[in-house]
Amino acid sequence: MAKKDKNLPEVKSALQQPNGDPSMKPDHGLLIHRIVCYVVLTFFSILCLFFFYILIINSTREHNEITAGFSLIPGVSFVNNFVSAVTDATIPVVRGIINSLIIAGSSAILSIYFSAMTAYAIHVYDFKGKKFMFNFILIIMTIPTQLSALGLFTMCTDWHIRDTFIPLIVPSVAAPTVFFFMIQYMKSSLPLDIIEAARIDGSGEFRTFNTIVLPILKPALAVQAIFSFVASWNNYFVPGLILDSTENKTLPIMIAQLRGADFLKFDLGKVYMFIFIAIVPVMIVYFCLSKFIIAGVAVGGVKE
Amino acid sequence: MAQQVAVEKAPTPKKKGGGIGKYKKWGYIFMIPFTVVFLVFQAWPLIQTFYYSVFEYFRSGLDYIGPNFVGLDNFASIFDFSKVNIFGLTYNTLVMWAIGFIPQIIISLLFAYWFTNVRLRLKCLGLFKTIIYMPNLIMASAFAMLIFSIFSDIGPVNDIIKIFNNGEPFRFLDYTYSTMGLVGLMNFMMWFGNTTILLMAAMMGINESVIEAAEIDGANSGQIFWKITLPLIRPILVYVLITSLIGGLQMYDVPQILTNGTGGPNFTTRTLIMYLSSNISGNPNYGLAGAISVVIFIICAALSLIVYYGFAADKTSREANKAAKAALKAEKRRGV
Amino acid sequence: MKKRILAALLASATLISIAGCESTATTSSTGGTESTADSTAESTADSTAESSTEESTGGDETPDPAKHIDKMTLAEGEGTHLNIYVWNDEWKDYFETYLKDKLPDGVTYDFTITPSDDGAYQTKLDTDLPKNTQNTSDPIDLFLFEADYCTKYVDADVTLDVKDLGITDEDMANMYKYTTDVVTSSDGKVKGLSWQATPGLFAYRTRIAEDVLGTSDPDEVQEALSDWTKFNDVAAKAQEKGYKMLSGYDDAYRVFSNNVSAPWVNENNEIIIDDQLMAWVDQTKDYTDKGYNNKTTLWADAWTADQGPGANVFGFFYSTWGINFTLAGNSLETKTDKGGKLEVGNGEYGEWKVCYGPQSYFWGGTWLAAANGTDNKQLVGQIMKDFCCNADFLKDFSKVTSDYVNNDSIMKEIAADPEYGSAFLGGQNHIALFVDVAPDISMDKCTKYDQICNEKFQSAFKEYFAGSVDKDTALNNFYTLVIEAYPELKKPA
Repeated sequence: MAKKDKNLPEVKSALQQPNGDPSMKPDHGLLIHRIVCYVVLTFFSILCLFFFYILIINSTREHNEITAGFSLIPGVSFVNNFVSAVTDATIPVVRGIINSLIIAGSSAILSIYFSAMTAYAIHVYDFKGKKFMFNFILIIMTIPTQLSALGLFTMCTDWHIRDTFIPLIVPSVAAPTVFFFMIQYMKSSLPLDIIEAARIDGSGEFRTFNTIVLPILKPALAVQAIFSFVASWNNYFVPGLILDSTENKTLPIMIAQLRGADFLKFDLGKVYMFIFIAIVPVMIVYFCLSKFIIAGVAVGGVKE
Repeated sequence: MAQQVAVEKAPTPKKKGGGIGKYKKWGYIFMIPFTVVFLVFQAWPLIQTFYYSVFEYFRSGLDYIGPNFVGLDNFASIFDFSKVNIFGLTYNTLVMWAIGFIPQIIISLLFAYWFTNVRLRLKCLGLFKTIIYMPNLIMASAFAMLIFSIFSDIGPVNDIIKIFNNGEPFRFLDYTYSTMGLVGLMNFMMWFGNTTILLMAAMMGINESVIEAAEIDGANSGQIFWKITLPLIRPILVYVLITSLIGGLQMYDVPQILTNGTGGPNFTTRTLIMYLSSNISGNPNYGLAGAISVVIFIICAALSLIVYYGFAADKTSREANKAAKAALKAEKRRGV
Repeated sequence: MKKRILAALLASATLISIAGCESTATTSSTGGTESTADSTAESTADSTAESSTEESTGGDETPDPAKHIDKMTLAEGEGTHLNIYVWNDEWKDYFETYLKDKLPDGVTYDFTITPSDDGAYQTKLDTDLPKNTQNTSDPIDLFLFEADYCTKYVDADVTLDVKDLGITDEDMANMYKYTTDVVTSSDGKVKGLSWQATPGLFAYRTRIAEDVLGTSDPDEVQEALSDWTKFNDVAAKAQEKGYKMLSGYDDAYRVFSNNVSAPWVNENNEIIIDDQLMAWVDQTKDYTDKGYNNKTTLWADAWTADQGPGANVFGFFYSTWGINFTLAGNSLETKTDKGGKLEVGNGEYGEWKVCYGPQSYFWGGTWLAAANGTDNKQLVGQIMKDFCCNADFLKDFSKVTSDYVNNDSIMKEIAADPEYGSAFLGGQNHIALFVDVAPDISMDKCTKYDQICNEKFQSAFKEYFAGSVDKDTALNNFYTLVIEAYPELKKPA
């Protein structure tokens, strides 16, 4: 993100720290105000981290220690818990991670590529029905996908694609929210002259899109790839309906299974470890990319 | 969820560079993947869903009953107060949404105001933002399972409660208020960072000179916040409200996993989508599931209309912003 | 360059998705990756027996169930892959301990585990079984079902007559009659076999019995608990000493629910609430209010913890299968997956005993059935015969697991064996307790609605016990839940 920011003007301002007037003298009221701010902010930050702290602690302790009482000090059973979680036959968590990676990865790629393509169509070309399409996509963005779940479920049953990844991956080609982000980004950062210039150079439309337009969109594609990936990675509702064989289940479904009665006889250290596996890697990736992601959220929100 | 992306008014139909006739077809070609996939995987299933809503169609054991056309019976059933009805489900959903949303909007406004306040000059903002946004990316189902483990009868929270309560745990899931409270807490934690960043971005979009001018006029920080900042970010507030509401109506993962699908106690935490889901896969009753989908669709459509209304307001406020700026500038000049 | 990368990414995405789809389309119903095992593995019976075992204190030789099972054979034209549906890993563990190595060479298997909560396992069977005859690529071969919904699969043509699998009347001669009656279709075909009979019992901790009653002798404890009035008195005494009589709300449920006078649903599709069920409600409410239980729920983590070492619960209503399935493992200080052994000295292993309790009852029962459409009729028949009819196997199996097996003469033999005693039960010969009552078990009140009715009745009234709702609301919620699951049922007029 530290690279060229000229394509993301809003990001730049969002990342800038607000600068006060240097001539202003601090007074006591301001000092107290600041202290209050820090106390409240620290409180909420601790609230956000506290539960995950417990998670990390308990994933390092063994069942008896966990049931014996709460502790702030980590135990020594991390490796044991990890081994017993990944070798569990009823909840094949490694398989779940692989399934989730396949689905979320493919969804992210399909959604950014085709949403960019769709946005490009509306941004660059002038064709009949373009305004209608734009408004139409705007409308479908507000329709929860859950509402078509019943139809999707029966359709997949009829077409024998239930319990496959197709109904979880292919629909990401039509992702209205990604489309909107893309079209906005194009408005601010995709000069039509470049396309004209490419045409003069004899580049075909499809080639222009792939070789000239996509690289310009790279920052936006990256931000949306992350969001699409995370959304699909965390999705529970539709996969929960569509997938039912153990070897096809994704991570959220496996986590939800832990709540079921048959699994409550589990070792608690193992239960915490499953949750750890589902949460912590995403947290680590997030902390590495947080500046970038937060800037993406801010850009998504601001429109001008 | 939809919160990340801004909504945008339709582009002007003005001719652009690509308007030359021979390129027109490419517009259609590039629209094909989206359109086809949308029609096959969203529109057609939606139509089918609606179609089922007027049929009696469920599975009993190894047999399917129906589909038999029954008109509006399924709708009558979900509006029947003696049974599980749409009002109760909507009420549960909205109450849990509000328990999360009200503190969320208050805290987010406060934080956004602090983060953008030029006089406070707070340090470590990046760190705070990073931490408070983090829960938004956490898998809701895993988060719910974590909260369940932590608040269970033998979990760490009850380890502490037992010390003060003669060894008796507090059973969070036995009471409506505590179950709803936990759901609200999770929704609050998952979304307040996101909302803070959105509001912050909006507040930073306010022209500083407007605020400076007000300060020169002797307005205190409270007045500036209520009279200038808040009205100017109204469009984004409406946007946050609507997207959060639409997201709230889809509430599923958190209460589903926290209560193991029972929506207990006494069905008070059963949401619309939990009911929908149990009628699709648990004990399939396609007729009811269809009817409930139609009703949620209507609610969302109504909210979408408000989104459009929100746009109109957006436009007005942008103009108001401009007018205010001009007026203040004039005033400033006069003051000098 | 960039174009190429993108194209490569897209191509790989497409490939991955297609690959994902293909692998799932061909094996639409398979178990976890872990479970696929090659039967050609050369491990011997001895090496596999260790995982499950509890050694009996008596007998001159160590019982070894697996050694009584012969290597199975594969008939001409039969499939080489077994597809097995279950709802938990209880039988899977048995299969992998005793049968896996006896499969014909080259035969592989998969378990598909669908938890039974909220009827999910039934839903899975209901979805997949009717299509099974058209599923030529990888049909379901064997599935397990429970007493609570067995009737559904017995009268439907989704199950095969055991006689078609090569099982004879002679094979079934020693079985308890109720275990075949309940799975006999209206046209007289036996559709499943069970390896166990499931008399109900009350398992108690000897240390708490000593403290409360001054004795832990099963006969004396039984005398003190022989009816509900006495049971309640003991509960009160236990309370005074700081113990809980029971752990959860549902602990005593089966004692009442399997003594009902009418089935859950009558011929008019009305849901019938028997007086016994309301007696359970009133008793449990009373226990909850007086603090005689720990307010846990069956199978929940807190309930499991109450079976652990040092917990303050007097005892648990259970059946014989429960000893090996949960109780023995939970009593350990160092659990088996942490390297602990099922042996005296590890936690409270060996510090339990069992008695009849205040009312005779039964609980559960699992049957094996061949799915119509299987391509392994003959092999499934061998498995069922070995596991449910092989007397030598069942005898050692009972000794190892403390389970009460479905063979009257063997149970009588063990009951009469002065050398036999279950190590978990401190040397008590619990089999002897049940040889007289097991033949009297009757499952004639079973309906296909039982699982959901029982589950929902417990969950609806749990809220009443916890004080969240009143009794009428709980009852209404129960009707709502059952009718949601079975829209054809109705409240009694």
